[in-house]
This record gives sequence, C-alpha cells and structure tokens, in this order.
Amino acid sequence: MGGVGVFVCHCGENIGKSVDCVRVAEALRQHPGVSHAVDYKYMCSEPGQALMRQAIQEKGLDAVVVAACSPHMHEKTFRKAMAAAGMNPFLCEMANIREHCSWIHDDREEATQKAIALTTSTVERVRHNRALETIRIPIERRALVIGGGVAGIQAALDIAEAGYEVLLVERQPSIGGHMSALSETFPTLDCSQCILTPRMVEVAQHPKIRLLAYAEVEELSGYVGNFVATIRRKARSVIAERCNGCGACLERCPVKKIPNEFEQGMGKRSAIYVPFPQAVPNIPTIDREGCLRFKARARGSTKEPCGKCVEACGRDAIDFDQSDEIITEKIGAVVVATGYELYRIAQDQPPESPQLQGYGEYGYGEVPDVIDGLHFERLASASGPTGGKILRPSDGREPKTVAFLQCIGSRDPAKGMAYCSKICCMYVAKHATLYAHKVHDGQPVVFYMDVRAGGKGYEEFVRRTIVEDRAQYIRGRVSRLYRAGDKVRLHAFDTLSAEPVILDADMVVLATAVRPRSDARALAQRLQISTDENGFFREAHPKLRPVETNTAGVFLAGACQAPRDIPDSVAMASAVAGKVVGLFAKEMLEREPIVAMVQAQLCIGCFNCERACPYGAIEHVTLDDHGATREVARVNPGKCMGCGTCQAICRSKCVELEGYTDEQIFAAIMGL
Amino acid sequence: MKRVGFYPGCTFRSTAKEYDMSLLPVLERLGIEVVELPDWSCCGATSAHVTQELLSVALPARNLAIAEAQGFDTILAPCAACFSRLAVAQRKMAERPALAQRVQEILDRPFGNSVKVINITDFLISHLTEIGASVTTPLQGMKLACYYGCLLVRPHGVAHSDDPEVPTSMERIVAATKATPVKWNMALECCGGGMSFARTGSVIRLGRAIVDDARAAGAQALVVGCPMCHNNLDLRQKAMEKGRETKPPIPILFISQVVGLAMGMAPKSLGANLHFVSTRDFMETLARLDRALPETATHKATNKEVG
Amino acid sequence: MARDKHPPETLRDHLKAETGIDVRTCYQCGKCSAGCPMAEEMSLRTHEIVRLFGDNRLERLLQDDSIWLCLSCETCSGRCPNACEPAQVIDHLREIAGQQRGALGPRKVRAFHQAFLKQIYAHGRVFELGLVMGYKLRTGAFFSDITVAPGIFTRGKLSLRPHRIEAIAEVRQIFERCGVWDSPPGEDEA
Repeated sequence: MGGVGVFVCHCGENIGKSVDCVRVAEALRQHPGVSHAVDYKYMCSEPGQALMRQAIQEKGLDAVVVAACSPHMHEKTFRKAMAAAGMNPFLCEMANIREHCSWIHDDREEATQKAIALTTSTVERVRHNRALETIRIPIERRALVIGGGVAGIQAALDIAEAGYEVLLVERQPSIGGHMSALSETFPTLDCSQCILTPRMVEVAQHPKIRLLAYAEVEELSGYVGNFVATIRRKARSVIAERCNGCGACLERCPVKKIPNEFEQGMGKRSAIYVPFPQAVPNIPTIDREGCLRFKARARGSTKEPCGKCVEACGRDAIDFDQSDEIITEKIGAVVVATGYELYRIAQDQPPESPQLQGYGEYGYGEVPDVIDGLHFERLASASGPTGGKILRPSDGREPKTVAFLQCIGSRDPAKGMAYCSKICCMYVAKHATLYAHKVHDGQPVVFYMDVRAGGKGYEEFVRRTIVEDRAQYIRGRVSRLYRAGDKVRLHAFDTLSAEPVILDADMVVLATAVRPRSDARALAQRLQISTDENGFFREAHPKLRPVETNTAGVFLAGACQAPRDIPDSVAMASAVAGKVVGLFAKEMLEREPIVAMVQAQLCIGCFNCERACPYGAIEHVTLDDHGATREVARVNPGKCMGCGTCQAICRSKCVELEGYTDEQIFAAIMGL
Repeated sequence: MKRVGFYPGCTFRSTAKEYDMSLLPVLERLGIEVVELPDWSCCGATSAHVTQELLSVALPARNLAIAEAQGFDTILAPCAACFSRLAVAQRKMAERPALAQRVQEILDRPFGNSVKVINITDFLISHLTEIGASVTTPLQGMKLACYYGCLLVRPHGVAHSDDPEVPTSMERIVAATKATPVKWNMALECCGGGMSFARTGSVIRLGRAIVDDARAAGAQALVVGCPMCHNNLDLRQKAMEKGRETKPPIPILFISQVVGLAMGMAPKSLGANLHFVSTRDFMETLARLDRALPETATHKATNKEVG
Repeated sequence: MARDKHPPETLRDHLKAETGIDVRTCYQCGKCSAGCPMAEEMSLRTHEIVRLFGDNRLERLLQDDSIWLCLSCETCSGRCPNACEPAQVIDHLREIAGQQRGALGPRKVRAFHQAFLKQIYAHGRVFELGLVMGYKLRTGAFFSDITVAPGIFTRGKLSLRPHRIEAIAEVRQIFERCGVWDSPPGEDEA
C-alpha cells in the first residue's frame, strides 16, 4: 500500500491540553500521500510503539511521522521501533508539537492549527528521506588519562583492570597531585599519602599502564575511537632506565635553597630534585633554572661548572644533553583529570581571569602569618617542613590562637567567584581538629557564613570539631585584618550573638576558593572541549551526563570539572572508566549517518567549507575530471558531526547533509 | 600656566584656612592657575544626602553646570567630602537617566553632565614629576602617617584611581618630598565625618584610635586631604586625652602644607601656626635637619678626577 | 518578568526601582557590621538594618536611632560581597524617615542637619558661625565646645559675617523644587 504513516501523541496532558490531537490526526488523514493517521495517549510506551509496528506491517508504509515531543527526547526510541518493524530507521521523522507548540501556546484553536501545519510539513519532508546506513568506525582501544592526581590514578587503574591499555600523562615529575600534599583527609583522618601511595605504586607497576610523568599533551587530533595524541616528554636530564632512585645526586647537589613548590615554598629543595620522598616515579629531575651548569649554558658560557651529581651517580644516569622528546600515540578515548588550583588573594590576578579581584582588606597576601589551606596541610604533615608541628612562618613559634576564615573568594560575586568551593567547610573543620590535637593549649577560631557538610560522616565530623575539639565557630565574615605587633588583628562580627569581635590571632588560615587551573582554557582549546562561566571544564549535561563532554570520546574526572572532594573524585573516575570501557567493549563504533557529502564534480575547490568547519572534517582530494585534475573537498565521515555549516556556506551548492538535503528542507518549508 | 576649575568648598577659607593658605601657593609653584567657579554654592555635604537623594544630587549638579558653562572638563575639589558629593552626583546622573532628567528640570540651567571631578591626591599624583622637580628643601626622612579617611578612596567607582584597601597615592606624594611615609593600620578608618557636633563622643573615640596608631607607628605628623578629617583630628585631639595619661600630641598637616614645606615655603605662610595641635615641635625638628639637596653627580665626578 | 511590572510596594521594590540595588542578594554574612566604625554604638547593626529592610519592617527601623548614627563612610558598601550597598540602604531609610513626621532620629543629629541645610538655604554656602549658633539654639547645648570656641576665633578661622551668593534664588529654588521645604523651618522647630 505504501504512503506515509502519521502518529499523533497526546503525551498525556502535555500535548493534549493545548492541542486537539484527534483533530490533528483527522486533518492529516486527509493529506495526500498519508495512508494512515492515528492519535494515541503515549506513543513512546510499549503499546504506542506496537501501534507503529502494526501499521507498518499491515499497510506497508514507506515512511513514518511521529508528531510528539522533541527528537532530543524520543527520536532514538521511534527509530528503534522502525528497525524492529524491519524498516530503515532514517525513514522516521518527528514533528515537535510539544516543546514547539503545546508548551508555548495557550489558545487551543491556534495551537491545533500550528500542530497540523508542523506535522504536514514533516510529512512533506519525510517523503524525500532516503534509507541511510549507520556508519561504523573502528576503535583504538587505548585510553589517554591526562593528570595523575587521585582521579587520574583511579580512572587509569579501573580501565587497566578491565584489560585495556592506558597512557597516563602527568605534567609534574611525580604523580599524586594535590592529595599527595595533604596531611590527613576528612572525615576519617586517614594519612593522605598512606592511602594514596599504594595506588601510585600500583599505577607504576601495572602491566597495562604506561606512565609518562613530567610530560604534557601538546595536541589532540582526530575523533572518538580514533584520536592521535602528541605528547612532549620533558627532559629530566636523567636517564630513567639507568636511575635506581638512590638519591645520592640530591645530597651532593650544592644548590640547596630553591623554594620547594611541593612544600608551598616553606621548605627548600636542591636543583636536582625529587618533589617528595614517596614520588612515583622516584626519578630525579634537574630544574634547569636552578642548576648551575644549565644556568651557565643559558648565559652562553662555554664552561661546564659543578657536575657534582654526575660524580655522585654510580649508574651514569645524569645526562645534561638530554632533550625533550615528542611522541605520538593513537588513542581511543581521553580522560581529563587535571585537577584544580587555589585562588590567591594577591592584588595581581592571573590575566586570563580579568574579572577576579584580590582581597586588599586582608592584605593582598603580604601580611605575615596569613597562609592558605595548602600551606596548613604542609605544616600539619609529618613529612612537611616543620615535621608536623604547627609553627608560624614568621618566627617559628607555636601559635596559641589560630583563626580560620571560610569563603575567601568563594560565594563572593564582588571578587568574581559566585560559586561555593564545596570542600572548604570540611577541610577547615579538619584543620581546626588537627590544630587542637597538636597544640593542646591552642584555640582554633573559625569564621564562617554557613557550614556545608553534606557527605557521609561529614556532619558528625564537624560536630565533633565543635563539641569535642573546642573549636570556636563564629558566624560572621571578617571585615579586615592587619598586623598589630606580632599578632594578626581581625575585625569581625558574631551575627548570632550580635556582638562585634576583635580577635588578635597568632596565625590566620584562609580557605581560598578552588579554581580551575590557569591553563585550563588553553587545554580545553587543545582538546576541543568547552569551559563553563567559571572556567571549569563543561560537562555534556549537568544532571544526566556529568562525566562526558560535548566532544565524543573526551571525558572528565575530578576537580577539573567542579570543586570536588576525594570520595566524589574517585567515584567520578570510576564512572568515567565505566564509560571508557563501555566504549572499548563495542566491536565497532556506530554513529549516525547524518554527515555531509560533497558532489565532487560540482566542487570548485574554494575550501570555504574547510575554513567554516568546526570539526576539521574537510579533506583535500584530487579529482580526475575528464582528464583534467583539480583539488576538491571531501568530508571525512568519521569527523563530520552533521552541523551543516558547510552546506550553508558552499558557493557552488555542492555539499549536502544526508538527512537534511535542500530538497528535504524546501519540502518542509513548502509543506507548512 | 595651566588652568584648572576650582571648587573650594565652604570650609576652605574658614575652619580649613590652612588648606587655602598652603594649596594655592603650591599650585602656583607647579604652574597651575586655579579658576574658582563663579558664585559656587554648597555641595550639600552630609546633611543633604541624609535628607533627600534628589537634593543631594541637585545641589552639586548646580556647581557642575557652572563648571560646564565655564568650559572646564575637569574641576579640582580639594575637600574630600565636597569631591565625593560632586563625583557621586556626576556618576548617579550618568547611570540613572531618570534621575538626571529630574535634576535637569530642577536646575533651570543647561547641563550635559560632562564635567569630571578630581580629588587632591589624584590631582597631585598627576603632577608628581613637577612636584619632585620643585622640591628645594626636602623633608629628609621626617616620618609621616598618610591618612586617607573615607572619601578619598571610597566608593571605589567614584574615587577610582587608587586601590580602596591599599592606597599608595598619598605615600607617593610624601615620598616625592623625601619624607618617609610610615606603615600603619588606621589609614582608611573613618574619623567620624560630619558628626563633630552631633556625636562628639564618637568622633573622639574614632580619632583616638587613629592618632594612637599613628603614634605607635612612629609618625611625627599625620597627613590629611580633607577639612573634616583635619577638624576631627586636630581640634578634637585634646579631648582625646581626657581620662588618661596624656600622650605626645601628633600635629595634623594638610598634604598641601607638606608639599609646601618641601618647596621651601615658610611654615607660617602655610598656616602652620593656626592648628590646634601645635606644629612647633615638628617645624623645629625639621629646621634642625640638614635639608640641603645632595651634591649633583657631575660635581662628584669632577672631584674624583681632581682627587 | 511580569512581577516587576507592578508598582513598587515594598521597601525592597522601591529601592530597586529607584537605584537598581537589590537587598535580596544579602546573605547576612555580617562583613558590613564587622567593619562599621559605629557598630559598637548602634543597637541595630548594619546587617540587621539590611535584613529588616528586606523584610519590609519600616516601623521597626524608624523606631530605632541606629540609622542616624551611620557616618556614610562606605566601608560596608566597599566590602559587601553581593554589592548590596548598605550605606545607600541607610540613606534611603533616612530619606523615608524625613518624609514621615513621626520618625526623625536623635535630636542632636537631626538638629545639626536642619541647621546645616538652613545655612545653605539662607546664604548658598555654610556660614559656620551661623551653623553653630543654629545648632546650639536647637539643642540647647550652649556649653559644649566652649573650650575650643575662643581658639577658632583667635585663629581667624571663623568669619563673623556670612557671604551670600548672588544667585541665592537659584539655590532656594532647588530646595523648593525638591520639595524639602517651602520656607526654612523656624529656630524653634524641632
């Protein structure tokens, strides 16, 4: 019998309230070319789909139009139903009479007329649809994990355990990230390194994980299942295969006063260094800006001073002539786990974030004994610069009153960050507890606005800090602080007891905002993913697709997407691993055949399409046109995302999007 | 001579007479001719803005309109409070067209809100090189506490060229005179503003904290850019000592007096004997310092070659 | 939004319509009160004033003297994380209070401002001796400041005669058109 089948959905009250679906079906029944038109309460339900299948089989329909919700919701559903009925799924189109009609109009008559018009238009369009075959592409079953913090480590291990190869790239000389710098973690007060280092070692030893520390991803090209990553392995000036991690070079190095980044500048390291004793890999790196020999070379000197590390090394592993190595790897999926950095209250803010302000009222970071959370972690760490003793940076004395200020930068639209950094309420309670335990006559005072303790065991932890560990919690933000004698004076207000508070503290710890890394935007561009209004990497959907990005095959794990604590970062990493393993478990990658096609004969080779294509999907090919050769465009169906920009911009009208040809579109317009 | 529009304010020739006596000669030495706005009227100060917003904008707007008619694009208001009222009026009218319209209707004068207002510290900073060049008797390390008070730095959108929490403009001017600005904590704390009569107790309490901190930081004098601040810290300083052991007094100098001293002007000519807290000790210490300019480099080199 | 089309009714709506400031953004962090130089003398502190303002509690606010103690130092507005401009909120309240005869603040503060404005109305500029006299007569505080008074005269810092500007009618017209007074209040008016 043939013809087009039309199915009008009431969607319960959603459509039925504003649109008279019965009339729509009636009207369509009269339309030439429509051989079947019915309405039904819920087309997406099993009985609804059965109606479709039945009609297709009974009437031998050529094509189907479902007038219902947005294709975003149910196009997949109905196309599957088509396939189940033995028809090519691309012969089914949806007319959106919900989001585009019933949800936005009140007048029933007008809405019904519009629904009829929309459905008629779609019927005219679908008559020009062709059967299209899903495109299948091969998958490279190797994952690239960018970032070796706890999230990257977890993702790498989970993917490797599933049997797939992982390439873990970390920019620092050692993996571990911020978690390796923490003293103890909330709410269990586990020693951070004690729980992390076994995982770090597992990563280094796992047969399926290739660890590239002190390396960075320079470029990522390609598409899901078929990426090519260009990675720069930075020169440590140490030959990794020969080094056995004995540490003799570190001891002999005469340059010993470089502020150690791992210790937040409070401890010193040598020019050839390992960032912390439990580093993985435990291979030293030469800091070329601190090393005497490299500095001489940079000055243009021909002399080669020092070299004590070479003398000390029993394995001839130092190589001053080592240079960066660029490698390329084929990758099927990318996990971004690059973490966060902390906001600094200085007057000079990073130029890539022009909206940020510093805190002049807190001294712009120049007041001695005013430190941030990471500094405190190093003070509290048994392996830190003070051996775990809480001592003031200015004079090394034990502070008897420590003020902890929450929300420094966070929840502060005036300073450019309106969001909550999520982890600070908890780590401040932890800091107050650790301080109270270590200094028995010490008084922790916490200045807060709210206390957000939503995780498992978190609320109980904070209550213990207040009730058992004598932390004094004052609800009120500090207006200003300054140095008064050898103390830091804070002007605050207790909003609960309605009294002004002027506190002379020995030390102040600021809970500064969790921010995206300053190079996040640059990395996003390299990976072709987006950032959100605060600069964090953007997820595909905040509720339902939190670990994916809008770029297929690139996933997000950990604090690089939003402020996040350790349990949630680990959970997210495992979730990402699930996505990656799910991708790799397929035989071939299937993708929609909505891709552009160039009619090579008509192409004039202007390559406007190449300039316009956001996905780099246009290739140059040579066409032999009756003996004369010329360069024309060709669309790579793997990279093409079906946006249609090339079709719009093509001068000679030789590019068309399968499923959105000019014919189909004109038919739809004329059918209105 | 460079000409600049000038809004003196009601106290300039009376209770802030020292400011008048010192600022005009300093400006003249810098090659600036001040042109007082003809028939200017009071900016309304605090009393207008606590009574009605429209009045508090209309009264300054009259003066801005006069300045505009005189062809000035910028006017200098040496009193920080007058500056604030004029600049706030200017900004409010720029941001709120409905308000500007109402003011225009009240004024009966053509007015395009095109005049900008500048305060004393921003003005002197823009002439920092000339100030440095005109110093003949440097203040040779005299310790001065720079007191901004409120209205030279707040609101930030109005008093905009210096940082509202860590300002440096007054320190840079003081440094140009070779005096030493001290590091202290009360530079931005309010002196009590216009409450000198109505809440004298508050003014004394606030002033005491300011003067005590300047003293603790080793300041030999406190520098201000506002007649109200001067009044609160100078005239009321004796009362701050009531009920406690008297502390050494800290004279309160206008920034123009400081610059004038460095230019070699006599203290009396700068109004230094009109203060309530005597400036005599300060001036005597200053006089005893060797205040000759250092030898020039060429002179030194010649000596070397000869020797 | 449809809601904003209705005429402003609440304090919050009125302030927002006039100035764009929205006190709903205040989350009561207390930073304003923490930096307020008059906090220790006020019974209602800055953040409480903003809270009550947002709750439309005009009566409560006008029963209290606190808004008249504000020095307009703008420390609160400068540090507020939500740009609620507490100093503007307080000025707005003072203007409303002035319009309602029954709520006019502490006598000395009120007297000072009346005396000050009267000077401008009378002369165009503040004649300080006149200001002080007007203030003293209103408050009866004849003997305070008596120790400093001679000093001001001997230093030539107070002129004995006011200077009246030429365009005084223009200034008076400003007062009248603003609706502040039709004629200045007499000396005995409180």
